[in-house]
Amino acid sequence: MTIHPSRDAFGYEAFLATHQSKEVLRFIACGSVDDGKSTLIGRLLHDTKQIFDDQITALQRDSRKHGTQGGEVDLALLVDGLQAEREQGITIDVAYRFFSTDTRSFIVADTPGHEQYTRNMATGASTADVAVILVDARHGLTRQTRRHALLVSILGIRRVALAVNKMDLVGWSQTRFEELVSGFNAFTGSFGFTEVRAIPLSAKNGDNVVLPGTAAGWYEGGPLLSYLETVPVHAEAVAAPFRMAVQWVNRPNSDFRGFAGLVASGIVRPGDRVSVAPSGLSSTVARIYTADGDLAVAREGQSVTLVLADEIDVSRGSVIAAAEAPVALADSLDTRLFWAAETELLPGASLLAKVGTVTVTATVERIASRIDPETGLPAPTQRLSANDIADVTLKLDRPVPVDAYAANRDTGSLILIDRESTDTAALGLVLASTFGKVGSGKTEAAPQAAPDATPRSEGFLGRLKSLFGGR
Amino acid sequence: MTATATLDAPLAAERLTHLQRLEAESIHILRETVAETENPVMLYSIGKDSSVLLHLAQKAFAPGRLPFPLLHVDTTWKFREMIAFRDRRAAEIGAELIVHTNQDGLARGVGPISHGSEVHTDVMKTQALRQALDKHKFDAAFGGARRDEEASRAKERIVSLRTAQHRWDPKRQRAEPWHLYNLRKRKGESLRVFPLSNWTELDIWLYIERERIPIVPLYFAAERPVVTRDGLLIMVDDERLPLEPGETPETRLVRFRTLGCYPLTGAVESPAATLPEIIGETLAARTSERQGRLIDKDGAGSMERKKQEGYF
Repeated sequence: MTIHPSRDAFGYEAFLATHQSKEVLRFIACGSVDDGKSTLIGRLLHDTKQIFDDQITALQRDSRKHGTQGGEVDLALLVDGLQAEREQGITIDVAYRFFSTDTRSFIVADTPGHEQYTRNMATGASTADVAVILVDARHGLTRQTRRHALLVSILGIRRVALAVNKMDLVGWSQTRFEELVSGFNAFTGSFGFTEVRAIPLSAKNGDNVVLPGTAAGWYEGGPLLSYLETVPVHAEAVAAPFRMAVQWVNRPNSDFRGFAGLVASGIVRPGDRVSVAPSGLSSTVARIYTADGDLAVAREGQSVTLVLADEIDVSRGSVIAAAEAPVALADSLDTRLFWAAETELLPGASLLAKVGTVTVTATVERIASRIDPETGLPAPTQRLSANDIADVTLKLDRPVPVDAYAANRDTGSLILIDRESTDTAALGLVLASTFGKVGSGKTEAAPQAAPDATPRSEGFLGRLKSLFGGR
Repeated sequence: MTATATLDAPLAAERLTHLQRLEAESIHILRETVAETENPVMLYSIGKDSSVLLHLAQKAFAPGRLPFPLLHVDTTWKFREMIAFRDRRAAEIGAELIVHTNQDGLARGVGPISHGSEVHTDVMKTQALRQALDKHKFDAAFGGARRDEEASRAKERIVSLRTAQHRWDPKRQRAEPWHLYNLRKRKGESLRVFPLSNWTELDIWLYIERERIPIVPLYFAAERPVVTRDGLLIMVDDERLPLEPGETPETRLVRFRTLGCYPLTGAVESPAATLPEIIGETLAARTSERQGRLIDKDGAGSMERKKQEGYF
C-alpha cells in the first residue's frame, strides 16, 4: 500500500489518540413528542455535526410530507424511525442514537413518552448513566414527568438533567423556570438522586442545547451538552466489589481452563482471592487471559477470561466474586417487576428467570403490591396486567447467585421469559433474597439504599448461617 | 465491610475508553449467543464490519478456535477483490467457510443489471440467505449491522427474533434490558444477532486502525476504471457491466465506503489511501455511507420492508 503523507495526516497521532481514548456516556431521554424530545435529540445530532447532506435532503423532503413545523425542517423526523410510527406521528419503541464530540461518545436511548410503554423506558434506563428529563416550560410538571422521574430512580439512575424546553414560548421567564425546578426537587426529594441539573433551553432554536443561549441573561450554567460531557460515569460500578458471571468455560486443550465473562463490577488482579457461587468454594486468580495478552488488572466493563489456581467446580451460571464480599445465594427473590407481556400475571404462574448467565424456573409465590407509577406508593393487588410495576416474590427451582439491585445493577437484575411464546415477559430488580426459607433468613437491602449496602455475607460460614436461617 | 475497601484510588480514576467498552460488549454478546444456541453461524459479508466482527469473535473465544462457521451468501456479483480476500482470510485463520449461492436464481440468470436491484437483492441475497439458513439448520446468525446505518435499524434489537419464515415483526420485539439477552425461541424460529449494534462508522474505523485489522483493499483509494450510473460512480469490475455505445470507462482515484454487489455499489472520489486519511474523511464526511448503495433508495421505508421480508 502506498502511503501518501499529507497535511491532513499531519498531527495524526494526536488526533487518533484523542478519538481512540474517548469515554462513552449512555443516557436516556425521557419526555413526550409534545415536550419536544425528538426535536431535542435531533438538535443534539444536528449541532454536533452528525447529520449528513443526503440525510438533510431526505429530511427536507420528509418535512414537507410528515413535518409538524409548517414546512420548516423538522429535526424530530431525524429520529422518528419506522414507517408506521411516522404515519402515527409518535415514537413507539426504544431507539438508540449516537453522536460524539472531541471528549465523549454518546449513546442515547430514545424512549416513548406515553404511558403504556413503561417497559421500553425501563429498558432504556437500565443501561443509562444519566437521565435527561424533558418538560415543556408552558405545561410544567405533568403526570408523565412524575412517572419518568420515579421510573429512572427505580432503575438506579442517580444523575438527572432536567431540560426545561420551549423556554422561548414563556419569554425565557426566570420565575417560571425556578418554579418548575423547585417543583421537581420537591417531588423527587426522596428519590435518591445525587444530582439534578436544571437547564432552560429551546430545542427548536438550539439555545442551551449544544451552544449557549443568549436569550436568558440570568442563567449562568452551561448548555446541556457541557453537562453531558462532564458528568461522572460508571462511578458506582467500578467502586462495588468484584463480580463476574461466567458465560463460557473455555477449554481448548488440557492445558487451559478459563472462565469467560464480562466484569460486572469492581476490579480484579492476579493473586486476588475469589469465591465462586453456587459452589461456595474459594480460589485465587492465576491469570487474567485476553487475546491481547494477560492483564495485570481487569475492571468493570471488560470482557476477560479468568484462570483460577485451583481445579474447582465452575460452570456457566457461576458467579466469581471477591472473596471478602461474596455474592449471596438465593432460591426466593423479592423483586420489583416491570410486567411487559400482554397477558395477565397471577400467583402460581411458572416462568423462566434469566439471572446473569443462569436460567431457572420461577414460580410466582406472591404478588405483594402494585406500585403507583406516579407516587411510587404500593397498593395491594391480586394480578398484574401489561405495563404494571409491582413487587412480586419469586420462588426458584434452585438457588442462584444474586445481589440486591441497589448494590449492583448487573448481578441484581433479571428477566422473566414466557415458556410458551419464549418472549420476554418482565424485567425484574432484586429487592431482597432468601435461601432455604427456614426461619427469616432475609438478606435485607432497601431499593434506595446506598451502594455500600451490599448484602453482608461472610463467606462459607455466612452462607451456612444463612442456609439455616441463623443470619 | 464497605464497598470502597476493595477500591484502589488511582485505578478507579482510570477509565475504559468507548472502544474498550464497545469491544467488551460485543464479545459478551458473541459468548452469550454461542452458549445458549444450538447451531450458530456468522454471516460473513467480507466488508469492514464483517472484518471487525470476525476479529471480535476470534478474541471472544481465544485461545480456543471459532466455535461456528462463516457463511457467505455469494450473489456472484461481488467485487473480485472481495472474493480473493474472503478465501485468503478464511484460510489464514483456519475458519470453516460456507459459500452459498441461490442456484435457482443463478439458473434463471437473475442479476442486478438484467433484473434491477430490488429483484436481484430479493432473489440472490434475501432468498439465498433463507435457503442457506434452512439447509444447514442454523438457529442463530451473527450479522455486522449497526444501528447508526439506517433509521429502521436504530430500533432493531441486538438479539432479533425471526419467524420460521424468517420474517421480522417490528411489533414483536423483546425488551433488552441490562446485559440480559433472551436467546430462547420456538421450534423453527431463529435469531439474528448483531454484536456491532452500538458501533458507529467512525468507531469501526478507529478500531480497525487500533487493532490493525485486515480489510479489503477496495476501501483504500486507487486508480480504478469507473462509469457513471444513476449518479453513482460504478467500477467496471468485469466484462458483465454493459457499456453504452462509444462509452469507455474513466480511470479515477476512488475508494469505497461500503462494499456489496459491484454494479450496485458507488465509489467515492477520494485520495484517502491510508487509515488515518480515511478516518479524517469519515469525520469530515458530508454524506452517509449508505448513500453509495442503490438498494436503500428503492422507496421510503425500503429497508424496513426488506427486513420484514427476511433481508438481514
